[in-house]
Amino acid sequence: MQIALKPGAQFGHSRWARILPAFLFICAWQVLAITLESKTLPPPSAVLSVLWHEILTGNLLFHLGMTLSRVAISFTAAMLIGVALGILMGRSKSWDRLLDAFLILALNIPALVTIILCYIWFGLSEIAAVIAVTVNKIPMVAISLREGARAVDKNLLQVARVYRLSRRDTFFKVYLPQLTPYLFGSARNGLAIIWKIVLVVELLGRSNGVGFQISSFFHFFDIAGILAYTLAFALVVFSIETLLLRPLETHLNRWRT
Amino acid sequence: MTFLNVDIRKKAYPNGRCAIENLAFAARSGEFIAIVGPSGAGKTTLLNLIAGLDRDMDGSIVFHSGQETEAGHRTSFMFQEPRLMPWLSVQQNLELVLVPLSRAHHVTPLQDLLALVGLPGCGAMFPGQLSGGMQRRVALLRAFIVEPDLLLMDEPFQSLDAPTANQLRLLLQDLWQRTCPTVLFVTHNLREALSLADRILFLSAQPSRVILDLPVDLQRPRAIEDLSVQKLHESLLDQYPQLLGGLIAPSKEKNDA
Repeated sequence: MQIALKPGAQFGHSRWARILPAFLFICAWQVLAITLESKTLPPPSAVLSVLWHEILTGNLLFHLGMTLSRVAISFTAAMLIGVALGILMGRSKSWDRLLDAFLILALNIPALVTIILCYIWFGLSEIAAVIAVTVNKIPMVAISLREGARAVDKNLLQVARVYRLSRRDTFFKVYLPQLTPYLFGSARNGLAIIWKIVLVVELLGRSNGVGFQISSFFHFFDIAGILAYTLAFALVVFSIETLLLRPLETHLNRWRT
Repeated sequence: MTFLNVDIRKKAYPNGRCAIENLAFAARSGEFIAIVGPSGAGKTTLLNLIAGLDRDMDGSIVFHSGQETEAGHRTSFMFQEPRLMPWLSVQQNLELVLVPLSRAHHVTPLQDLLALVGLPGCGAMFPGQLSGGMQRRVALLRAFIVEPDLLLMDEPFQSLDAPTANQLRLLLQDLWQRTCPTVLFVTHNLREALSLADRILFLSAQPSRVILDLPVDLQRPRAIEDLSVQKLHESLLDQYPQLLGGLIAPSKEKNDA
């Protein structure tokens, strides 16, 4: 007998189930802000009006765009390098032994240290910012993909050899599909981590981007501004997940019945 | 015309145990040879060596395909499990092995071939949606579709129920008579071997070698429950009671000695 767990079978189908908690949260926040009347907790209405103002002036779009492009570049670079490294280490024991210590070290160096060192070594430049973020993410991707590469079914690779598939077909149609769960795993938490690191990088050494904006709001103690950018940010992350990652994953997993 | 000369002096496993020793035989072009031996006799190892999946041995395996190049002959392998790519549809699975050949090579459309093996209209389905017997039909078609000179089969119908296995044996004979590849069919089921082969090679237990080379000239097409097959099966085991255990000497003689 198979025990089939279907996550979201009860709630997932209803859109309300997703929206309702968010709505309740905002209501609670509004009530709390009105009762406390504290300068450190602006009500959601104030945050929304700042958000609207920032959208109209074009500030939000510009800074969000700068941050997004940094995220996109570092994400792509980190995934490509991390996947290659992970596959290499998962396939070859000698490479694994050679690089394992570095991987553990890289995984545990605080992001802040990498960022500051990159700024010192490469200057306060765009390249330094992107390198700092990428270097932070690579070991995480590599670790996860190494696990995947170790679990690859050798029987299917034998099929590829017997039928003399090209290296390209062997990689893309036999090898890589086995890694999709690991790829999606690292893409998801990769996106989450990279966002956070990009903001720190911007706060420390860039003059645009969401991180830079938040640091200037911090100087003026503008909490509504900070929350407005955070909100915009959350919406973007949410759309990437629902519009890109989830449909892609469903498409790639349609063979699982 | 001799197509294949196998002469393995010694094949040891990585742990040092000797799997095959002084095993030699020749196969004619278009011949259907069954290889029968006790489990653990290194039958799969033998097929892997002939397929070139494993090259670590002392001895020689020579193909006389008329062409001088090593790539002159085309080998198919049907494994114990169907080993289809679960993320590719039936049609994509078949197209995958056709890519290395020139596609013009193939005149019959895949839909017709699928109908021929009893899977009409199944091209768009994923292997996970098919029964075990249907998956094996696809694997069988995949093995024949590349028009092999040599077809290696490693107990391909082992885990099927008797009626399904019988259907597949008939299908195999049909396809084999249409295209006439040389077949090496490994099994531990003597009746199956008798119902399929022109010739049966009996192997000893480890380290394995050929202990009996038996021509089978029963009329085709045969089925496993045919009287002629049953009779031959009985008389063979009368003559050599321990044949399936990998011993050729009649047990009486052994006791006397």
